[in-house]
Amino acid sequence: MTSSVNHSGHPRNPGIDLDLSWLDDMRYVNRSALERRAQTLARRRSIKGEYQAAWLLRSIACMDLTTLSSHDTDERVRRLCAKAKQPLRPDMVAQLGLGDTVIRPAAVCVYHPFVATAVEALQGTGIQVAAVSTAFPHGLAPFATRLQEIKESVADGATEIDVVITRGHVLSGQWSALYDEVKAFRAACGEAHLKVILGTGELSTLRNVMRASLVSMMAGADFVKTSTGKETVNATLPVGLAMTRAIRTYHERTGWLVGFKPAGGISSAKQSLDWLSLMREELGLTWLDPTLFRFGASSLLTDIERQLDHYLTGRYSANHRHAIA
Amino acid sequence: MNILEKYATMEYGPSPEARNEADAWLAQRNFDEALFIDGSWRAPASGEKFEIIEPATGRMIASIACAGADDVAAAVAAAQRAQAAWGATSGFERARVLYALGRMLQRNARLFSVLESINNGKPIRESRDIDVPLAVRHFLYHAGWAQTMDREFPGYKPVGVVGQIIPWNFPLLMLAWKIAPALAAGCTVVLKPAEFTPLTAILFAEMCERCGVPKGVVNILPGGPEAGAAIVRHPDVAKIAFTGSSEVGKLIRKETAGSGKKLSLELGGKSPFIVLEDADLDSAVEGLVDGIWFNQGQVCCAGSRLLMHESIAAKFIAKTKARMAQMRVGSPLDKNTDIGAIVAPVQIERIRELVAEGEKQGAVCWQPDCALPSSGLFYPPTLVTNVSPANILVQEEIFGPVLVAMTFRSIDEAIELANNSRYGLAASVWSENMNAALHVAPQLKAGVVWLNGTNMFDASCGFGGYRESGFGREGGREGLQEYLVPQSSPTPLYRPLPELEAVEGDEGENLGIIDRTHKLYIGGKQVRPDGNYSMRVADSGGRLAGEAGLGNRKDIRDAVSAARACHSWAETTAYNRSQVLYFLAENLSARASEFANRLQQLTGMGAEAAKNEVELSIRCIFAYAGWADKFEGRVHSPPMRGVAIAMNEPVGTIGIVAPDDTPLLGLVSMIAPALAMGNRVIAVPSARYPLVATDLFQVLDISDLPAGSINIVTGRSAELALVLARHDDVDGLWCVADSEVCRAVEAESAGNVKRVWTNAGLAVDWQVEGAREDVWLRRSTEVKNVWIPYGE
Repeated sequence: MTSSVNHSGHPRNPGIDLDLSWLDDMRYVNRSALERRAQTLARRRSIKGEYQAAWLLRSIACMDLTTLSSHDTDERVRRLCAKAKQPLRPDMVAQLGLGDTVIRPAAVCVYHPFVATAVEALQGTGIQVAAVSTAFPHGLAPFATRLQEIKESVADGATEIDVVITRGHVLSGQWSALYDEVKAFRAACGEAHLKVILGTGELSTLRNVMRASLVSMMAGADFVKTSTGKETVNATLPVGLAMTRAIRTYHERTGWLVGFKPAGGISSAKQSLDWLSLMREELGLTWLDPTLFRFGASSLLTDIERQLDHYLTGRYSANHRHAIA
Repeated sequence: MNILEKYATMEYGPSPEARNEADAWLAQRNFDEALFIDGSWRAPASGEKFEIIEPATGRMIASIACAGADDVAAAVAAAQRAQAAWGATSGFERARVLYALGRMLQRNARLFSVLESINNGKPIRESRDIDVPLAVRHFLYHAGWAQTMDREFPGYKPVGVVGQIIPWNFPLLMLAWKIAPALAAGCTVVLKPAEFTPLTAILFAEMCERCGVPKGVVNILPGGPEAGAAIVRHPDVAKIAFTGSSEVGKLIRKETAGSGKKLSLELGGKSPFIVLEDADLDSAVEGLVDGIWFNQGQVCCAGSRLLMHESIAAKFIAKTKARMAQMRVGSPLDKNTDIGAIVAPVQIERIRELVAEGEKQGAVCWQPDCALPSSGLFYPPTLVTNVSPANILVQEEIFGPVLVAMTFRSIDEAIELANNSRYGLAASVWSENMNAALHVAPQLKAGVVWLNGTNMFDASCGFGGYRESGFGREGGREGLQEYLVPQSSPTPLYRPLPELEAVEGDEGENLGIIDRTHKLYIGGKQVRPDGNYSMRVADSGGRLAGEAGLGNRKDIRDAVSAARACHSWAETTAYNRSQVLYFLAENLSARASEFANRLQQLTGMGAEAAKNEVELSIRCIFAYAGWADKFEGRVHSPPMRGVAIAMNEPVGTIGIVAPDDTPLLGLVSMIAPALAMGNRVIAVPSARYPLVATDLFQVLDISDLPAGSINIVTGRSAELALVLARHDDVDGLWCVADSEVCRAVEAESAGNVKRVWTNAGLAVDWQVEGAREDVWLRRSTEVKNVWIPYGE
């Protein structure tokens, strides 16, 4: 991995100077219309049979398999890593005809103390280790502490850093403060990829979501991410639309590709298909790739396994028939 | 390897909706006996049949019994027999039947959706998520009305047997829009589905049998133009409700003229889709998808004319093209299909011809590089640029997935372009500036305006057009009103007074006063008639009472121009109109005895009667002055976060032809409500007693009415009535005359689909009418529904 390209070779978004006039251009966001689009989007597309199986495998490949509990332990994290290495039962892999193709989650996402554990457990697998950082989930620790946290996670081997922003900057319209904050996070990341969590459930309006996304991208975000999973409202499709449209605008204006990560509350295979479909419709095939799209999820994988099992056997499966993470 | 290939390409793949249930129904159904008359299935008297095809494949689906005039007669007779009992059934009973029909549709939603998509070619997603749920909603909503009818509409009764003719673009939904309010009101129906798409109507009729709909209450006759014409002509049909082309609508207007039939017409459109510079452009693009690429663009209210602010036009077109490239054209039964099949070969041919002609006139057409099925009737989404309002593609309703795009420089220009159409069905306005959007909405000539949305429908909100998009509303309280008439007793014929052969005497006889010149009143001024002829007006003894201007068609033309130019009356506040009318009443009151004398002199009525007529006229103006700021709209609560505001807007320019009997009260009873609601009036007073009206000129002059708000043209009423009927800038026409003139006026009004009221040749008791203020106020207004979804 080098600093100028992301994991599959797209050049990394270096960020640009803060341009507040863009925010002005992007202040037109109609919530009702976005909700209507979100509602019909999920109903306009239906994926069945072998296609659905293929799409669900894509959901696995775009997954940040996550554990973010205050009672996590090294053992718990090792178990998660083991699941990441072998997300599907070998008999299912064989029946799906995957041959030598390995389909695994893109990353494992943990708190800082478990980065080293995960790095060790995932050695040689190509699975990235992501650390949530900057006083996740609230982000209100001293600035120096937050930067230090990033640096230590990177030093421990994390290749992706999921930071939280100061939501107050958005609510009070302090865009340059937000820009400076994210830019500093990016600098602290070095070669590690920066995912910027907006905490959309706490940003009050879709307009704020749109503007916070743009500022984060200008400041050098590799991904913009919806939620910590700890807010009362997590990733919703209308929020996803606002963020993907911000990404599209940034791409149209600068040429840089920025990734998107919805997180929180995505627990069913059907939901994951809706999100993939949203990406395909709004941003196109390029974004249906782990380098530009991730799910933050903990229980999603099990539901996908059950759906794939059903596809293979025609029988409805049970959770306990699939290894837990 | 297969899954991995799909994993690489991430295509959606086919997602076919199962059609076996629908096919099974088609296979077992006897279509030779597909006329549902008096609760039983019959073969047509003629034995004729017609074939229907599946648009997606071109395959023949079935050969279906075709109703003819004899079958229509049988159905109308059955409906007639059933009507009295059904109308007398308790509201609760009717509500139960409507509720049962709604739930029945819901229980069979899948079968109805699949059948609809097979027959019409529309994507299953639409029939499943839009058509059928809206049809269900319509029945459930009207169940409520059925039960509250007595309380909510006292003094009204069901109109009787209703003939309903519906189009092929939303076969089941249009059936629901027609049948639900009719049954709620206590009417019985004879409904003819479109020739291309009779299947869901036949299935619906089967369900009627199971839902306890009494025999003869619902009669369904698949058939073609012959059956349609027979329904329109049948003397026992009391009302025609038609949805379809403006061309056929006008024919129906002509055909029903003089018949006394109630009529509602839901016709074509070329609806503007206005994108202001501060719109959420990405959402507006999605709005277009729901606007013009819904149901293959075969939607009367499709947002087919895109009007963009110049500053965002290039960006918006680029976004639109990118979105079009994502659309999937294909099998209607595939759940991933965005655009299905065009209903019939003749329709796709029409689209092709229009587009070719438009290109010849300079239009540039763009279509995405999307795959079309190799067979079947498919047409790709099409964007047309480089057009001006003169291009045929901008003028004509295409009824296909073809969008024309133009730009504007200012909001005023956007409104001007939007209204530059014979149609006036719907409009979309996109802006994040509430001030701008709510500024534009009332100025659009459209029955429905969607702010930041498009093609939103609900049973609670009236749907219907201005101008040549038809008249009458479907849905809401106003929709129900279309199926009701005031309870009334038999009325004698209206007898206009014959023109006098000769009037004795000469001007010199009116000794002692200066000669009075009675001119016409046009644009706030007294003007000489164009022809420079006068007519001699007799008093009750046949002797000359004075002369009045003999107005002709050019005077009517001038009066209409003056009325059209008087924007201020429609735009001023209701409070202001109220004060002006009060002032008018005040000024008339000051000269009450003069008017009473005039009435006596001309008509020979007694002093008491004359005084009474003047008094009633003053009261009438006073009453409508009071109503001016009280006949308000409603706020609907359709199932969404938002409101739909039903605004009462003036009809526009209204021609009024007043009666000979009670010449002052008759005239005033029509002028007052029209003015109160902001209409501009061109009045033709009684030809026998024009001096009653010419005496009003001075009263009008001092009452602060803006120039052109009221114009009075004296002359031969019948002749001038026809000129008004033929004038395409007259929006409404109320005419009291004998039955022949009424018939002619109704027939001639078809040219621009005027809102016409006539006395149908019957006498009018203006004292009774005076108590029917609600009727006259409704007649004076159009309901515009403005949908305002909100949320931050």
